[in-house]
Amino acid sequence: MAAWVQKNRTTLGIGLGVLVAAYVFYYAKHDIAPSMFGAAWGYAIPLVLAALVGVIGERSGVVNIGIEGQMLLAAFAGFFGAAYSGSMIVGILAGVGTGLIAGGFLAWTTVRWRMDQIIAGVVLNIIATGITSFYLKSGEILPGVIPNVDVPLLKEIPLIGETFFSGRSAIALVAILAAVVVHLALFHTRWGLRTRAVGEYPSAADTAGINVERLRLVNVTLAGSLAGLAGLYLSMDASASFERGITAGRGFLALAIMIMGAWRPLRALVMALFFGFINAVASQLQLTGGFDVPPQLTGTLPYVATLVVLAVAAGRVRGPAAAGQPYVKKDQ
Amino acid sequence: MSERTPEPPDVHTDPQAAVDVHLDTSQEHLASVVTNEAILELPPEQSGFGEGVVGEVLLDIEGLSKSFGSVRANRDISLSVRRGEIVALLGENGAGKSTLVNQIFGLITPDTGTVAIKGDATPIKDPRDAIARGIGMVHQHFQLVPVMTVAENMVLGHETTRGGGVLDLAAARTMVRELSAKHGLAVDPDTEVEDLPVGTQQRVEILKALSRKVDLLILDEPTAVLTPQETDELLAVMKELANSGTSIVFITHKLREVLAVADRVYVLRQGAVVGEVATKDTDAKGLATMMVGREVVLSIDKSAASPGETVLEVQDLHVVDDRGLGAVNGFSLSVRAGEIVGVAGVEGNGQRELVEALAGMRKVVSGRMALGSLDLTRANPHQTHHAGVGHVPEDREKHGLVGTYSIADNLVLNEFDQAPYAKSGVRQFDAVRENAEKLREEFDIRSSGVMQTAGSLSGGNKQKVVVAREMAFKPKLLMAAQPTRGVDVGSIEFIHRRIVEARDEGAAVLLVSAELDEILSLSDRIAVVHGGAVVAEMDAKDADRTEIGRLMAGDH
Repeated sequence: MAAWVQKNRTTLGIGLGVLVAAYVFYYAKHDIAPSMFGAAWGYAIPLVLAALVGVIGERSGVVNIGIEGQMLLAAFAGFFGAAYSGSMIVGILAGVGTGLIAGGFLAWTTVRWRMDQIIAGVVLNIIATGITSFYLKSGEILPGVIPNVDVPLLKEIPLIGETFFSGRSAIALVAILAAVVVHLALFHTRWGLRTRAVGEYPSAADTAGINVERLRLVNVTLAGSLAGLAGLYLSMDASASFERGITAGRGFLALAIMIMGAWRPLRALVMALFFGFINAVASQLQLTGGFDVPPQLTGTLPYVATLVVLAVAAGRVRGPAAAGQPYVKKDQ
Repeated sequence: MSERTPEPPDVHTDPQAAVDVHLDTSQEHLASVVTNEAILELPPEQSGFGEGVVGEVLLDIEGLSKSFGSVRANRDISLSVRRGEIVALLGENGAGKSTLVNQIFGLITPDTGTVAIKGDATPIKDPRDAIARGIGMVHQHFQLVPVMTVAENMVLGHETTRGGGVLDLAAARTMVRELSAKHGLAVDPDTEVEDLPVGTQQRVEILKALSRKVDLLILDEPTAVLTPQETDELLAVMKELANSGTSIVFITHKLREVLAVADRVYVLRQGAVVGEVATKDTDAKGLATMMVGREVVLSIDKSAASPGETVLEVQDLHVVDDRGLGAVNGFSLSVRAGEIVGVAGVEGNGQRELVEALAGMRKVVSGRMALGSLDLTRANPHQTHHAGVGHVPEDREKHGLVGTYSIADNLVLNEFDQAPYAKSGVRQFDAVRENAEKLREEFDIRSSGVMQTAGSLSGGNKQKVVVAREMAFKPKLLMAAQPTRGVDVGSIEFIHRRIVEARDEGAAVLLVSAELDEILSLSDRIAVVHGGAVVAEMDAKDADRTEIGRLMAGDH
């Protein structure tokens, strides 16, 4: 434990600082702070899920720039699945299933057939945009809502309980849970060790008797379900409608968050929150005015923040070495 | 190395007897170092326990063939390995040795023929299958994940877990410590592999192989990256393992090592076994002749040097490495025309940075270097080349060749934009081809033609392309860094001869090599480096092997 604290002291220090600042802000500006934190998390939810898709993919050695497309397809399938069947459950299953299928598409093209990973991702995005724009029907409505969940005890905590554990949709809880589970799995299980080995140095994994291709196929495909959830959140929870291009570049933002989070699930969660908060600040500035700043300029705040953080992070963090490279055995 | 082998035996002086000296063959000792407890159950005549005893047939290969396209990498190979035996596979680059062992380990599927392990001839499906059947392999390019710790690397593929899939790294660390104590190979389980020196990485590789139940250990060119001391340690470990009933198949170019540890040798040439011999019935010359198919001159015949005026003058040079740490610290040396100066030293003592600085590839922090009256301290590689410096780089794949270009283009890589290879900015392909044909002939580059890509050549022939290019323009200074690393005997002989010829034609030669043998046989003068500076300079004819070894180790 002491060694762990010593090793992660920078992260812990920054984390503690941010937490203290958040509480200070929370009590000092109690009129706007709770809603800003709420908005921040609301914005971050799909980003967390999507960033996890990226983390799992790249940790296994597959660059996934098709997250945007996966989300879009899932948002589409989920919304219209629910609308036509009249059942939210069917919609959710359709959305998650579509995410899986899209993940499988990426996995098979890049891992089994060794197609260029960037091109495969772009293809997925184009297909998704095409399909969802072409078959789009307006005027459909959802038969219900995704239930909100209160977590007993945890919801009593000021700030944290209010923001994360009270009156939040089930998908939000799943996002937190997923980040924790993926983190533990990646760094503390056999699956995680193998996945990281496959993403860093696949031939070492191969000679140690690990089936590189199969592990990559399974990981990339299963990660698709999280992209599915992220998409569902957008069309069935956050807005309860499907619009053309509803994902609005969040799949790509998620990749930036993945890098800012150094390919680690929990850091990605924190980074998504940071990004959400900047976004909330931008909206708040537009709302309250006060400053004599044109709204177009405040709207760029999140993107400027991303640029700054990425510029700082670049060179300090190092991604999985084999991400982006198909693994070819000696014999083939 | 603990108390079992108090000091690394000196293989250099007496290859035949060397490593045997400190072996303990008592039952208790063998039982304590054994890699696979099942061996203990076997009677001695099967287990191969103890010196000179060989046991059951562990590996039996019959009529193995493998082709890649039109290249027949292995042709009808038959060989067998008994328990407790050390078998060397000897051959030139491209003779098919790696292909052969990769088939034993299940990385490559044979076209025809069978590989039987302990009498079981079921085809080996993949590495997992090979491991399960008691085969361990240490690859030429280490198969370790750089960003993971030693312990994590060791358990990869057979993880110790508790409660389902949860990793038990504490158990892994214990396992590493136990194994490392048992075999006398010291490693720290918590260091990340990328922070370890090459020699230690190899220890990890070997321990990784031993952490499974191993009957047969395959070592693919294990000594290529090791210093002489590390090599001796490794040879002692190999002997020890063989005595405890583990068979070893190892690939090497170095005859000395074969004679020092192997019981039997299979010599491969052009994918086929051309000879099988017990090491006690042969010598270096016999093995080299079998490898190349003709008599090989192992010692270089050279006349005494007749040095002229000073060509290269290096004064108090300081250069930093990639991490920004001082690698070359006050290096001073002068090389005269018509002499070969050998820079001897354990790798990582600034040799790489020195050569890169001299070639203009690395910035000089302070100090001065000059070629005749020309100051080269701030020169770039283009300028150094045109000043008359020929550079045979240490890493030929990265700095010596463009693998996807043809041999012809590689041969004019630093002069492609000048007459006669280009006129008014237009390349003259006839001249390029003519030059290539001439050099191919002269330097005996074995290829299907000069338009073949350089990347598809074997190691020795790649090196000949580099050497041909750097020598063809008659440089005033020839810098050769590890000129024969990973190169077969025939090509070594050839390259050595050419270096001596360059000297006789009046070039100053700076030879940097980790092979002490090479330094001793080629140099006229020897500079020993340690910590990035010259610690001793001597005439080659007064040089003493052990003395240089001591200086290299920093004892001065």
